Amino acid sequence: MKTLVLVEHDNQSMKDATLSVVTAASKLGEVHLLVAGSSCDAVAQEAAKVAGVGKVHVADDPAYEHGLAENVAPLIAGLMDHHDAFLAPATTTGKNIAPRVAAMLDVMQISDILSVEGEKTFTRPIYAGNAIATVESSDDKLVITVRGTAFDKAEAEGGSAEIEAIGGPGDAGVSSFVSADLAEGGDRPELTSANIIVSGGRALKDGETFEKIITPLADKLGAGIGASRAAVDAGYVPNDYQVGQTGKIVAPEVYIAIGISGAIQHLAGMKDSKTIIAINKDEDAPIFQVADIGLVADLYKAVPELTEKL
Amino acid sequence: MKILVPVKRVIDYNVKPRVKADGSGVDLANVKMSMNPFDEIAVEEAIRLKEAGKAEEIVAISVGPAKAQETLRTALAMGADRAILVETDDEVEPLAVAKILKAIAEEEQPGLVMLGKQAIDDDSNQTGQMLAALMQRPQGTFANTVEIDGDSVIVKREIDGGLETVKLTMPAIVTTDLRLNEPRYASLPNIMKAKKKSLDVKTPADYGVDTAKRLTTTNVAEPPVRQAGEKVEDVDALVMKMKALGIA
Repeated sequence: MKTLVLVEHDNQSMKDATLSVVTAASKLGEVHLLVAGSSCDAVAQEAAKVAGVGKVHVADDPAYEHGLAENVAPLIAGLMDHHDAFLAPATTTGKNIAPRVAAMLDVMQISDILSVEGEKTFTRPIYAGNAIATVESSDDKLVITVRGTAFDKAEAEGGSAEIEAIGGPGDAGVSSFVSADLAEGGDRPELTSANIIVSGGRALKDGETFEKIITPLADKLGAGIGASRAAVDAGYVPNDYQVGQTGKIVAPEVYIAIGISGAIQHLAGMKDSKTIIAINKDEDAPIFQVADIGLVADLYKAVPELTEKL
Repeated sequence: MKILVPVKRVIDYNVKPRVKADGSGVDLANVKMSMNPFDEIAVEEAIRLKEAGKAEEIVAISVGPAKAQETLRTALAMGADRAILVETDDEVEPLAVAKILKAIAEEEQPGLVMLGKQAIDDDSNQTGQMLAALMQRPQGTFANTVEIDGDSVIVKREIDGGLETVKLTMPAIVTTDLRLNEPRYASLPNIMKAKKKSLDVKTPADYGVDTAKRLTTTNVAEPPVRQAGEKVEDVDALVMKMKALGIA
């Protein structure tokens, strides 16, 4: 089977999410990558070094600069004449583009796969991760989005794939990019690739308190910062901090939940973390049912003390 | 301008789904069902656009069993003008739903189709994008803000790194994210009024759509259960544990 993987990037570097998709694709067959962007040669060079990749298709065109689905999907649909499966990360980029490709190919997409069970059989979460379905496709071609935390990352170095420049249909002329308002990361690791995450909930009271309590601990541990939906809805932090079924799915080595009760919605986004530490003053909070280490304490005292003693 | 709002009847947001012992699916017998929360946000947004004078008519659509009429009545009570039920007892996959919606859109000629980004039962997150592809129209997925600007709609989207704004030529498809708005509750007088609003009942065959499934679900299982660990007494004990794990 020949697979085509969508490389997620910002025209300068490849996003880590791509590497997990390469691993999933390699379980199906030969792996080709697609870099669709503008002045994205550095991304193509990086993609060609990924271990196990056979070929990198590069479509360099201003129409693909911002990854607009209206422009990128027809490009991918065209390439599917020569590939059997298309895989994209289950990020907002992949989720935006892949179903559009699937409909163009008259294929029913398989979303957010957790494992490859056979040539056309996969597992995927349903009902906010409260159930895991095993599904088998009867379509000739496959269109799949991949949950990054469910697959190991392919080695970023070691490959030397051939790079092939390709053309595409270009601008569909129905949509345009206006602006982006991206979080200033600084040195802080991105949530989906952080080794340690410190996450805060509604108990943090307001944005200022969230910053005062959570940030110093995260700084000390070199951790990414996340939040529960309640904290995001209450406006303590921006929406891209949200961990949960409707936010980001994370699985770091260590997840520290502070003042988070542990709603099903939140657990769905972090329960695959290797070690979960919870600090909450309510000893009956559901978060303690999944935590490896729990501390029942007032977070306003305990967290600064922890930050100091670590 | 006309807005189509597809809505899905799903298990209520507050109900914890139970997996059937034989692995055939999730037990929905005697379980409370409601409108998919993301679709509720889509209905609300359409009503707000109408209230702001940007839209004239809102048509709610559902593809599902006879009981999905209740879901459509909810949309009508919130403020939709009329409804179409495409009735079927089969489970209809997003691709087939998108084909039905495309056929309805050809008849209704909407300026916007607004729907939830995903349904909370199968979590597919596909229907809006597939409809956009079939209609060959632009899509504004995961909408955080929607603004009509002449013949275009400007959609601020929730993306992994933050927010992105795109401008789409209408007709366009918009899928809603959680923070777009807070849906209203239908008032009692509006619930009464909704009973008199028009609700057409059709079938997938009326639109020439084959709803045969492309994916076969061979098993549905409980996710692996995580065991609770231990509770520590104080911060010092926590620090010791963390150091033992090699953190800090």
